[in-house]
Formats: sequence, C-alpha cells, structure tokens
Amino acid sequence: MEVQKGELFGLIGPDGAGKTTLMRILMTLLIQDKGMATMNGFDVIKDYKKIRNMVGYMPGRFSLYQDLTVEENLNFFATVFKTTVSENYDLIRDIYIQIEPFKKRLAGKLSGGMKQKLALSCALIHKPEILILDEPTTGVDAVSRKEFWEMLKNLQQKGITILVSTPYMDEAMLCNRVALMQKGKVLDIDTPRNLVDGYTRKLYAIRSNDMHRLILDLRSYEKTDSAYAFGQYLHVTGKDDEVEATEFENFLMRKNHQNLEVFDIQPTIEDVFMELLGIEE
Amino acid sequence: MNQQVPVITVRNLVKKFGSFVANDHLNFDVYQGEIFGFLGANGAGKTTAMKILCGLSSPTSGEAKVAGFDIYKETEKVKRNIGYMSQKFSLYEDLTVAENIRFFSGVYGISPSDRKEKQQKLLKDLGLESAKDSLIGSLPLGWKQKLAFSVAIFHDPKIVFLDEPTGGVDPITRRKFWDLIYEASDRGITVFVTTHYMDEAEYCNRVSIMNAGRIEALDTPENLKKQYSAKNMDEVFLKIARNTE
Repeated sequence: MEVQKGELFGLIGPDGAGKTTLMRILMTLLIQDKGMATMNGFDVIKDYKKIRNMVGYMPGRFSLYQDLTVEENLNFFATVFKTTVSENYDLIRDIYIQIEPFKKRLAGKLSGGMKQKLALSCALIHKPEILILDEPTTGVDAVSRKEFWEMLKNLQQKGITILVSTPYMDEAMLCNRVALMQKGKVLDIDTPRNLVDGYTRKLYAIRSNDMHRLILDLRSYEKTDSAYAFGQYLHVTGKDDEVEATEFENFLMRKNHQNLEVFDIQPTIEDVFMELLGIEE
Repeated sequence: MNQQVPVITVRNLVKKFGSFVANDHLNFDVYQGEIFGFLGANGAGKTTAMKILCGLSSPTSGEAKVAGFDIYKETEKVKRNIGYMSQKFSLYEDLTVAENIRFFSGVYGISPSDRKEKQQKLLKDLGLESAKDSLIGSLPLGWKQKLAFSVAIFHDPKIVFLDEPTGGVDPITRRKFWDLIYEASDRGITVFVTTHYMDEAEYCNRVSIMNAGRIEALDTPENLKKQYSAKNMDEVFLKIARNTE
C-alpha cells in the first residue's frame, strides 16, 4: 500500500487484523520478516534514525510518564527531539489549550479524554511530517470520538500526513482513503465512497415490532442470504440478489409481524466490510 | 421481559469521592429478562455505578437491591446471583477451555458434580467438545466470546453485567454476540450492558444515558428518539452529552 503526502489514511479492522504490527514496523519499532517499507522515502530498517525524527506516534496504550505532570511530559518530549514547546506551540495550541488549566496535574491523574489530548500534543511537539495514531478512539464515547476526528481534520489541513487505525467502521467515512484489514491481510484499499459504490448487492432494510423474532424468522427463510442487525433496522440480502422486497414482506406478514417496513437501502461501509469478510471465509 | 418483577432497584443512590460526586441521586429499576443499556460519556459515572451494583463498592448514601439483596449488607449474596463479562477481562488465555470452566465454577460456587454435567452440556451446545483441552489463547475470537459469555452465565445468575463486551470486535462477531444476549434474555436472565456502539443501543429494551453523574434520560430507544426528535440513538446521545456540558 501507499499513503500520499497530506492524506488522512485509515487502517480499518477488528482486533487481530494486524494494524498495530504494521504501524510498529513503520515506526521502526519492529522489524518485518520480509518485504520493504519506506517513510518519506527512507527505509524503515536502514534509515530508522531519520524516520524517528520526522514521525509522531500515539500508541494504543497510554504511554506517557504517569508520574510527571502534563507540562513536564510535554517538555520532556520536546527536549528529546532537541526542540522546545514554544517553537512548535502553533501546531498544538488548539489541542493543548484544552488541557492547559491542568498543566500542573500528574498525567496519571488525568481523565481519559485529557490523557488522549496530552498524548496527541506530545506526539506533535517535534512537528512531525507524518503522524501515526493507533486506535486513538477505542473505548472513547461517541461525543469525544467526534471531537477527536475534528482535531485530526485540523492537523491534516496543516499539511501533516496522518495514518490512523480504528475498529469503528463509521470512522472510515472520515478518511480520504482506507485499507480494510482482517487477520493480517488487506481486503481492499480505496476511498470510502468508492468502496460503498463498489457494493453491488441488493440490500434491504427491514423492521417490525419484534426485532429478535424478525431476525430469527428471516434467517429461517430459504430465500434469505444474510440478515444482520444495523441499529433500528435489519440489513438483509436475498439469495443471488433475486428476491424482491414484496417477497420478504409477504413471508413476514405470514409470520404475523406487525408494523412491518421493507425498503431498498444504500450500503454503509460496515455492509461492505461484512460482505468482504463473508467472501474471505 | 417481565415488567412486574424488578431485579435491580436503585433509589437516590449517591457515590462521592471526596468532594467529587460520581453518582448523583440515581433512581431506576431493571426488570426480569430485560436488556438494559447503560450508556454515558467517559467519566459520566457508569463504572462507579456498575461496581456498586456488583457488590464491589459501597455507595455514600441511598438504597439499592440487586437480585433481591441489599448492596450494603448482602454483597456476597449479590455476587452469587450475578455474572460479569467485559472485553478487557473475560477468560484466562493461558488456561484451557475446561480449566477456565473449572476455575469460574469454583468462583461462582458450583459443586464439582454439578459442574461436570453442566460442562458437558455447555460444550455440546456450543459445539466446542473437541476444543475442551485447547488453550483459550488459541481459539478464534468468535468462539472465545461465546464461551466467555456462557461462562459468565454458567451459574444461572439472575443478572449478567456486560461491560463493553463488543469493543474491538469485527462487525460479524459483534452481531453474533447480540444473538447470545437475546437468547439469555429469552431465558429470563436480565442483561445490563454498556457500549460505545450507538447502533447497539437500539437493540436494548430500555436505555439510560448518564452525564456528569446523573441519569439524564431513561426510556425505550423508540421513545427517546421521539423525545429528542432524533433519527437514531447516536443523535440522542450527542444531544444529551453536548447539551449538559
């Protein structure tokens, strides 16, 4: 795979997909068995020292010094990269300003959201050209997740190339391009729009008053190919895509489903991913 | 779901850490067989409340009963009547399937003779008989999750607490996990579940949303969407969590 300069590129996949391993190889923290990779044209094995100077990394696990204060952590990382906080303050201002009132607090005593902002500030303090973020939004609530992606968009506008991993399929839509990964393999790479447009199956949204019985009934129907819950609807495909909405409707009416709705629906990136998983298996 | 039989009752529950109020006068009931979604932003007080309901922490004031037992005085009885599972901790990776079952049976007070019978049935139901002596670490994620959930309800608890059970899981496995939740609910087990996936909030019978230590909303997903004029639970959540900051 290739990531273009200035791109916001997503590695999308569940635990065990190989996202962290790939990032650690690119970060020069792990050596690959075979093959090659370059960052800004530099080889990840031969030129690891050069790469480390131009890359910022936020690992999945909080890895700042818990027994240093917010301010001390930031100064430490600036010093390691032979720079100062004031020199690159512009880059982190929007993010750091939110945790500045707590700058005398120990990093270990911060809330999850504040730790995340500090870790991002520390990863940026040497003005990296490439930023690598390993699952920054895992275990983070829906509101904080949205705010974090807004921060990433702002950083991208400042010219930083961003490689970010996430298990949340909806976040794929916020990337320029994504690689869908599973069990160490890349299933597909494209823009989220192209991935969704490339989904050729006929997809229906179905709901009724009794969603659990609905899914069981649909799975027992010989014309159903797949039936999965998607929030308030089920997303359903028919065998060979030759099943009409009315056929599902008639079948479910015979099963006494009340307030039945059946209609065509556009796929989400999660439908695409699940289809790829199905083919893979 | 049986609306007549509350298995969790919480009245004016308060938990303070120094001057910080983590749980601010919580009031709610959870019914037998209900799938109850317990949502909230990070730091809203969900974990604190869950610890109290599991008998691991005492409230500062207020009352609560879990499976009919008082959470101040009868914490050991509470623990025997609940199950617990989270994505972060469920089974021991370096023990085999059978060893994990044996360990958790011991923890939940199941006699060795009962265990043997139940274990056979469980492994048969899950189609895991041939994997009995495999290390948990070697199993595919989907199997692991199925087993972890089955172990959490192995002692037939009245309530099972699921703390972000589906974090980091692929979309198909995540949905299969909800099939298990529905099955447990059909058997009369109450499911108390936290999640950051808002689509999963739609699968709950009722959902509570916490913010800054308080329960801001509690109703069926359908009613919450109407009340907040939102097209899905994601919007409901955003409206509540952003408004009250």
